[in-house]
Amino acid sequence: MVGPLIPMGVIPETWNNVIALLLGVGFGFSLEASGFSSSRKIMGTFFGYDFVVLRVFFTAAITAMTGIFYFDYMGWMDASMLYINPYYVMSAIIGGIIMGFGFALGGFCPGTSFTGVAIGKIDAMFFSGGLFIGVFIFSELYPLFQGLYNSHNLGGAKIYELLGMRDTVFAFLLIVVAVGMFYGAAFVEKKVTKVEY
Amino acid sequence: MAKNKRDGTFYINPYLGGVLLGLVLFGTYYITGRGLGASGAVKSSVVSAVHTIAPVHAEGNKYYSKFLSDDASPMSNWLVFEVIGVIVGGFLSGTLYGRLKFIVEHSPKITGRTRLIAALAGGILFGVGSQFARGCTSGAALSGMAVLSASGIITMMAIFGSAYLFSWIFKKLWI
Repeated sequence: MVGPLIPMGVIPETWNNVIALLLGVGFGFSLEASGFSSSRKIMGTFFGYDFVVLRVFFTAAITAMTGIFYFDYMGWMDASMLYINPYYVMSAIIGGIIMGFGFALGGFCPGTSFTGVAIGKIDAMFFSGGLFIGVFIFSELYPLFQGLYNSHNLGGAKIYELLGMRDTVFAFLLIVVAVGMFYGAAFVEKKVTKVEY
Repeated sequence: MAKNKRDGTFYINPYLGGVLLGLVLFGTYYITGRGLGASGAVKSSVVSAVHTIAPVHAEGNKYYSKFLSDDASPMSNWLVFEVIGVIVGGFLSGTLYGRLKFIVEHSPKITGRTRLIAALAGGILFGVGSQFARGCTSGAALSGMAVLSASGIITMMAIFGSAYLFSWIFKKLWI
């Protein structure tokens, strides 16, 4: 079966929500079992006492990326049909910086906070509640942000195109950098005083 | 399952966790042609709630109206079902490893009240930022990296770079 299955019409659209639920269960389980329901474990990456976020995040990105490359190469999936988020340069960077600020204060990101809610973390419930307020504020003030939000659109740009590299070369470098960071993380963890949480 | 794995302190190996998460993400792309997400479900819920309470206002607002269509309710969004799954999956893992408990997790240097205020503020900022970036750590950064999108990798660097700087400013909240 050549993927992506739903856009190719292999699986009927009516199964969409059931599939969403099942994939969500896998997503939530992997996050919680890795420790992402704990804000203090997540924040360890920034202070150097626990690099779980770095390890899980980059391993996941590389695993999925490699799978997509492989399936595309074998002709089992048409990777050109995959959705690519459009790159609005300024809006992406400013949004990322605001999210980083929120990350440092709240200790979660949206997905991880939902797993915190699932196991009864009251701080995660406050964070999740904040998300709704934040989206509401953005939407109500949208006329103010509209210019910035829609400026510098590069469409579904790929990073290797912007860097003038071949996709496989970039992917290989990304894996090398990630493995380097994994070794670096293990080195830093040994030096940093343990934090009890 | 060994007994010591159920006292709430056991976590799976992070590289195993990463491979599991990566396979789920790969499966999501293979089946649906799109990545995972989280903040999108919040957006759908907010759009839906505002549209129910104040339909004229929602239709007149240029942001809400982007996500309102005549044939489908914004709540019937793919991501809403996915996030319900995330909560179920988190609950299953929390049950398996003995972590179900109502607590406010915070550093001993701050009170639970301070933690809750900071968590709420962090959530609000994350909500605003995720709209600017058209996705959060899941939808923009992680899913974007898997397909090597420029927006994904730039957003990822902006999130982690700024989180690193700000976390040292707010160090007292954590360690």
